[in-house]
Amino acid sequence: MEDILFLFEQYPIWEGFWANLKLAFFSAIFAFTLGVILALFRISPVRSMSWLSGAFINLVRNIPLTVLVVMGVLIFWGQLQINMHPDFDTNFFMLATIALSIYHAPFFAEAIRSGVNTVPLGQAEAARSIGLGFFAAARLIIIPQALRGAITPIGNTLIALIKNTTVAAAASVMEASGIMRTMIEFNPNLMVAIFLIIAIGFSLIVIPVGLLTTWLSERLAVTR
Amino acid sequence: MKTPWMKITALGAAGLLVLSACSPGATEDTAEDDAAGGGGGGGSVTVGIKYDQPGLGFREGNNPPTGFDVDVAKAVLAEMGYQEDQIEWVESPTPQRENMLENGQVDMIFATYSITDERDERVDFAGPYFMAGQDILVRTDENDIKGPEDLNGRNLCSVTGSTPAQNVRDMYADEVELVEQDGYSECLTFLQSGQVDAVTTDDIILAGLAASDEYAGEFKVVGSPFTEEPYGVGLPEGDVETCEQVNEAIQKLQDDGTIDELLAANTEGVDYEANAELNDNIELVTCGE
Repeated sequence: MEDILFLFEQYPIWEGFWANLKLAFFSAIFAFTLGVILALFRISPVRSMSWLSGAFINLVRNIPLTVLVVMGVLIFWGQLQINMHPDFDTNFFMLATIALSIYHAPFFAEAIRSGVNTVPLGQAEAARSIGLGFFAAARLIIIPQALRGAITPIGNTLIALIKNTTVAAAASVMEASGIMRTMIEFNPNLMVAIFLIIAIGFSLIVIPVGLLTTWLSERLAVTR
Repeated sequence: MKTPWMKITALGAAGLLVLSACSPGATEDTAEDDAAGGGGGGGSVTVGIKYDQPGLGFREGNNPPTGFDVDVAKAVLAEMGYQEDQIEWVESPTPQRENMLENGQVDMIFATYSITDERDERVDFAGPYFMAGQDILVRTDENDIKGPEDLNGRNLCSVTGSTPAQNVRDMYADEVELVEQDGYSECLTFLQSGQVDAVTTDDIILAGLAASDEYAGEFKVVGSPFTEEPYGVGLPEGDVETCEQVNEAIQKLQDDGTIDELLAANTEGVDYEANAELNDNIELVTCGE
């Protein structure tokens, strides 16, 4: 217990977890938006759009996140010398957010598509029969039902995203896992306490998300 | 009746037996040999080194490792009566060094291992065999950066969670833009492309990086170390006997100038000199404290 208090005094652990939360928040918004767009493309009746979205999803989904982040830093910033912000901390935060958003968008898209599959075909046919076009039908009939059916996979993707924010350490963002490395470097004598802090910290963030997901998926399920 | 299932289960069980027979047995053998070997003669010794630090501890595939740490390890072990073919090299990355010594995966560690009180609680140290200090690496045409105080407003690169990165944060964080990477090789690509103006860590690590063939002549070490990093030999807690033997060997290698020679050989072609003030008359630790 003393050890844990000492570590909290000595190292910016709160700031670290706060950075993870900020990364997760912004990435989740961008990735989800991009995911909805990708899903719309994927289910669209226009073959080329559907193909384009499928190609993007399968390409990005199969690149490891670390590779995306490292490519962003080493090539985009290091070699092409593109600075998004003069302040390093902000610049790398943006870079990490972009990488996380691009990486998770296909997972959100696939989660939403799985939700679309739960909407009976009759709904789409009924929408068309009352004269709605593709976008109107998607916006008013299909997507609202699909999202409600896809709460669980969306929640899972969100949980994965939260944990994946630790990869941002590779993009020079000072977050919990980077601070863990600093703590191990300076205080290897407190290894167990360090591990407990990080493990419990992430559990405290992730478990409520899981509970919320379960609660929402039951509450919002479309009764058929 | 259930023959297919029984066959599969039997196969699986047999497979498990074979697997469990393989790995742990092999490692235990060497560990026991080493303990018995003690002062050399029979048996082998497992030494933890870095594999990714050119000039200090570097190894590609199964080639023999190279670098200052490796050469010092060989010399020390030769003094202790080990032949070179009795040494087994193992990679020991920074965050795993204490664990590897505690679990008996290695007998000793020569891997830019600075002696600190916190580490001393879990492992024992012999040495130090070298006094490093945090320094700055810049491009050869850079003349404005002569020490840490000239870094104000400049861009700097170091390794995530490392002591040098923390030092800079503590001492210069307000004025310096710091990018942290997984390894120093990434930092060097940034220094080469101009995205950062300086890379900082222990002087000897910088010298080793600058001496590698890829970057020959491109970088120089500024040469004003601003911390003291005593590189020790990591040993399992309580191994006083080995500690004394290692210290004796290091003392001898320092007195006859072997360590200086090894250092010169490994930093050839770089404008670098070890901090003479600190490196003359290094005081060795007392074993068993």
